Amino acid sequence: MNKKQLIAFGTALALCLPLTACGGSGSESNGEVNVYNWGEYIDEDLLDQFEEETGIKVNYSTYSDNESLYATLKSGSGGYDVIIPSDYMISRMIEEDMLLELDFDQIPNYEYIDEDYKGLDYDPDNAYSVPYMWGVVGIVYNTTMVDYEPTSWDILWDEDLSGQILMFDNSRDAIGIALKLLGYSYNTTNEDEIVAAVDKLIEQKPLVQAYVMDQIFDKMEAGEAAVGPYYAGDAITMMAENPDLSFFIPEEGTNYYVDAMCIPKDADNVENALAFINFMCDPESSAANAEYIYYSTPESAAKELLSDELKNSDIAYPAQDVMSLTEVYTNLPQDILDLYDSEWLRLKAS
Amino acid sequence: MKKNGVFSRLALLLTAVFLYAPIVVLIVFSFNSSKSRTVWTGFSLEWYRDLFEDSRILSALITTLEVSVLAMIISTVLGTMAAIGFFNMKKRPRSVCMAVNNIPMTNADIITGVSLMLLFVFAIGVFNSTLGSVTGTELKMGFGTLLLAHITFDIPYVILSVMPKLRQCDPNIEEAALDLGATPWQAFTKVVLPEIQPGVVNGAIMAFTMSVDDFVISYFTAGSNTSTLAMEIYSMTRKRISPEINALSTLLFAVVLSLLAVVNIRSAQQERAAARREAELRQKN
Amino acid sequence: MKKKFLAIPYVIWMAIFVIVPLLLVVGYAFTTRDGGFSLENFQTMTQYWPVFLTSFRLALIATLICLLIGYPVAYWISRESANVRRIAMVLIMLPMWMNFLLRTYAWMSLLENTGIINTFLQNIGFFNLINRIFGTEIEYFHMINTPGAVVLGMVYNYLPFMIMPITTVIEKIDPSVVEAAEDLGANGVQTFGRVIFPLSLPGVLSGITMVFIPSVSTFAISSLLGGGMTLLLGDLIQTQFYGSAYNPHLGSAISLVMMVIVLVMMAIMNHFGEGEETAIY
Repeated sequence: MNKKQLIAFGTALALCLPLTACGGSGSESNGEVNVYNWGEYIDEDLLDQFEEETGIKVNYSTYSDNESLYATLKSGSGGYDVIIPSDYMISRMIEEDMLLELDFDQIPNYEYIDEDYKGLDYDPDNAYSVPYMWGVVGIVYNTTMVDYEPTSWDILWDEDLSGQILMFDNSRDAIGIALKLLGYSYNTTNEDEIVAAVDKLIEQKPLVQAYVMDQIFDKMEAGEAAVGPYYAGDAITMMAENPDLSFFIPEEGTNYYVDAMCIPKDADNVENALAFINFMCDPESSAANAEYIYYSTPESAAKELLSDELKNSDIAYPAQDVMSLTEVYTNLPQDILDLYDSEWLRLKAS
Repeated sequence: MKKNGVFSRLALLLTAVFLYAPIVVLIVFSFNSSKSRTVWTGFSLEWYRDLFEDSRILSALITTLEVSVLAMIISTVLGTMAAIGFFNMKKRPRSVCMAVNNIPMTNADIITGVSLMLLFVFAIGVFNSTLGSVTGTELKMGFGTLLLAHITFDIPYVILSVMPKLRQCDPNIEEAALDLGATPWQAFTKVVLPEIQPGVVNGAIMAFTMSVDDFVISYFTAGSNTSTLAMEIYSMTRKRISPEINALSTLLFAVVLSLLAVVNIRSAQQERAAARREAELRQKN
Repeated sequence: MKKKFLAIPYVIWMAIFVIVPLLLVVGYAFTTRDGGFSLENFQTMTQYWPVFLTSFRLALIATLICLLIGYPVAYWISRESANVRRIAMVLIMLPMWMNFLLRTYAWMSLLENTGIINTFLQNIGFFNLINRIFGTEIEYFHMINTPGAVVLGMVYNYLPFMIMPITTVIEKIDPSVVEAAEDLGANGVQTFGRVIFPLSLPGVLSGITMVFIPSVSTFAISSLLGGGMTLLLGDLIQTQFYGSAYNPHLGSAISLVMMVIVLVMMAIMNHFGEGEETAIY
């Protein structure tokens, strides 16, 4: 083959390729499932195990927060079969008709989910979601850099720690912290309260080293920052890497969240998605996953399989009196969501 | 002109240090024995071993190479054709075409990316609700849209490097070939193409480089199931970058470095040989 | 066969993939989520004015620094022998083959409070020395997560785009022109100011364009080196399309305004270059 033929051949090949690549993904099941999950939120060995057991190929990708998940689905560039949003986002997606009603006959392992996690406010009829993990938000801090025993969210406003403070890089969690500190509800629809909370965050901004999501792992483990709020399960991960780290749940109360597996309306591989959800509900998978990501499993049967250390951890499974102070996020009306966006940008642009 | 002094040489050296400091860091820490990217804990090759077992990174690498090679081939062919076409146009339409051709190059990447995304989402939406629902096919953003986007931003670079060569071409030679009985195709392949070949090759290389290096436009046009290396790295920077990526970049860097070294040494040798021949010829005369 | 018809496939291509998408941006910018024509997006945008200011300010600073470093470097390179010039150009191009996100990420390792530079300075006793002399208590230089770090990221990533076009243009200056100036009694400064610099202006202009545009619209550099503290236009647009604020209409409006401002700036600048064909490469 000479050079000219090669080029002609290549061109022909190239012109056919886009057609096969984007067409025909419709009806025939090609044995894959597209899973879209939070970053650092699964034991990836489970994916291999699932592939081995079922022969279904898992395409796994991650997002950093509920809002970007929502945007990705809305922008029409989706193509996901399983997503794992948090409570309030699930109710928003149900309201906007973005989720598929699940066929629970194909998820026999659903029976292992504890009653406490069924019929929650975000999905009262248990039609769209299967709980994946739950947890609370608290504060991770480095005991060598903080010289007192913190108890309140106000450590994030401590001027002595200026430049060492990390803060959530998503509007709901960050504004939520300020709301709690000011004594308001996470779910307030009072615009003045939200504006006051953002004012509080603007006051905090000069002290903040960076707004982060999963970058917090690196920064806390390396001792680059002294304190930052994050999810309990991830805090245990960081503490395992750096023994100087500690974690507490602020006395003002905190957010209790449930992340659940859902199937978007436009999913191509529904059968495989259901098989995946069922696999993740298997107590052994759930336990293996919890043991890896340190989040709290919604299955008693799985909890029994955990190591004693994790099972008895008061970070992963806080005591009843702590839980009684927690509050779940609910979905907010559109005008408040818009206010969140514009106020968040006001903070970022300040 | 005067030669450079110590001061300017030193400044050049400093610039090189500035450009290469992070690259040295990347390469050094690809051999680190721990995950840390700031503390050296000892030499190891474990990240290289892990790299070859990491199917996500490898498949992203393959996607990157596929899309870059295909986009390079298509944009080189289309771009060369377009350059010849533009060159033979009248002044007014040519300047309009060149102005439009310049848009993807001068526009910010993010605008090209966002606008193409709007196009793809729009077109796919229209297709799926009409023809698609009739025939039962459903289109999605993916490798196809990624490739279309890459071709779109690659072609201008091909045209840009072919045009000057066309201007240097002597039109009489082609006419002579035609007069001597060559078909237009023969005249093109035997006469014009060899003349503009350096420009075409240069354009192809540039297109390939642009495709490999691109992140922003791919990010907006690749959809969910297709991921290039740059996109994979971006999603990693949002948590922790695995040193496997350092290892991969070190390997790619080594490949490019040796390729460039070979090419440059060869062309330097050829130039020297040519200079010697010229000198000999002059002596003979 | 007329040869100009060879351009037809690409002309169609341009219409579909260049013109139509831009029209869509305009269309989205002037409509709302409900679909009606409206100027609402542009009204909403006024609150992001500070973001525009920050982006343009940082991008201008980065461009200026690139020019101040890039011009002398290009000038000195062009005075070297052909072989050195070739090597220099390869060395400048080479970093582009390593993904820019990775290179930027490596700067993070260098600039952090507990990063490589600070650790190094600490180990050689630099901070001790400073503290002893000035009676301060510095433990590290705070470099990461500042606007300065973002500018550094821009300069680092786009400096090659300044050096390359300027070098190309200076190389092409006919040595006899310079000799003529010298023969006519111009000193070094005069030769440079009256001959070399004006002749290199097209390279400078395309260098400025090639640094300024990506700088003003970058979206990854600011989140990596700026720690999410400095919101730039690129980030703003990205959050409207793929991020928390999902509103492609507002995103399109912001893109459109950014594009128009940039175009106007470029037009004014090229007016000074007076019709000289912008030389890219």
